[in-house]
Amino acid sequence: MVISNKPLRFIVATLVACLPLMSFANPEQDSVKVKTEVAHEVKTEEAHEGAHAEPTDVKSEIKEFINHHLLDSHSFTLNADKETGSHNGFSLPIILWDNGLQVFSSSKFHYGEETAEHNGNFYVLHHEKIYKTEADGALTEEHGHPTNVKPLDLSITKSVVGILFVAILMFFLFKGLAKSYTKNGGIASGAGRIFEPIVLYVRDEIAIPNIGEKNYKKYMSYLLTIFFFILFLNILGLTPLGFNITGNIAITASLALLTYLITTFSANKNYWAHIFWMPGVPTPMKFILAPIELLGTIIKPFSLMIRLYANILAGHVVLMSIIGLMFIFKSWIGSSLSFGLAFVLMILEILVAFLQAYIFTMLSALYFGAGNEEHHHEEAHH
Amino acid sequence: MQIPTIVGAGLIVIGAGLGIGRIGGSAMDAIARQPEASGKIQTAMLIAAALIEGIGFAALFAS
Repeated sequence: MVISNKPLRFIVATLVACLPLMSFANPEQDSVKVKTEVAHEVKTEEAHEGAHAEPTDVKSEIKEFINHHLLDSHSFTLNADKETGSHNGFSLPIILWDNGLQVFSSSKFHYGEETAEHNGNFYVLHHEKIYKTEADGALTEEHGHPTNVKPLDLSITKSVVGILFVAILMFFLFKGLAKSYTKNGGIASGAGRIFEPIVLYVRDEIAIPNIGEKNYKKYMSYLLTIFFFILFLNILGLTPLGFNITGNIAITASLALLTYLITTFSANKNYWAHIFWMPGVPTPMKFILAPIELLGTIIKPFSLMIRLYANILAGHVVLMSIIGLMFIFKSWIGSSLSFGLAFVLMILEILVAFLQAYIFTMLSALYFGAGNEEHHHEEAHH
Repeated sequence: MQIPTIVGAGLIVIGAGLGIGRIGGSAMDAIARQPEASGKIQTAMLIAAALIEGIGFAALFAS
């Protein structure tokens, strides 16, 4: 069904048509009054900083919501009503290693509001971290950080659910694509038609120019996996389900660690020669450059980690802050402006999702290529 | 209380912005001169921009 043959005009018209709806979201309050109220309460909050006061004004509520979104969660909450205390979503399994395997449902925590009891042990959820407590659920705090024992947490958290979902999706998607070649006489069918050109792009534009015709094949599986993994997780982060997986430094660190390990263990002797005893450099300089080059091998995956993490994190924070501005402005014009801005930013985030997947794969391929460089004879003579 | 951090973040953004801006501008010049090489230029541009961005983000997190 064709909704409109002028897509851009249609989108803009829909956007403009939806703008008045924004005013329904606002409670009947005078905007000027609210602004002064917010400013006043921020001042008082600054005075009481560190006292862990319950956030009451809109601004700190938005801040709390963003911080909550950026953390991994032990339950899958779609939305929550603060006043009635009701949550829509489902609980996820908690798996702890605490003198043996402890498995129970996260519904025992009641979204972090209650102490969970399992096998005679008591656990409490504090900022999405599980601490072991006594029966009363009290935490002993020091410098604002709880000092209670933290059992090893192997839970199926929200991020793990997202990763498993993407893994299963990728498995069936690309298995279907591979199968359709034999079934269809060498032509992809179905959803595979969308992904076939991307797979070819990764091979022809990323792997072959950077790694070389001779060695690229053994890296292709890793490059394709990492490309689609990051791409799907980035896109999943933009859905209203509220995943923040590639904006989690642990995930990007493990991805970068994989790249580092593959580079290190598949490198040939020229790679190590270029690090420790680079040809064509005066001998005293070699002693200065070798530590720098050695450090460079660690900095490269480190920058991969930081880049992906920071890009996705910054995107989520900016997007949620601009959506949050709607509730701070509480006026027709301001809220609709931030709605339009959030709309444009969302489109930009889709671009960033593709770009970051591309950059990560590209730089990984570049590092693999550096590890597989053949010896250049002309370099030795000059 | 946080003024040095904010000033530092601003300086980082100025530096990274200038760097990426120069890369983008030069890539535009290069593509205008040789439109047939635009694919290669774009790839090199993205890599260079990503490297600057990585350093910028690392500094932002340190500040």
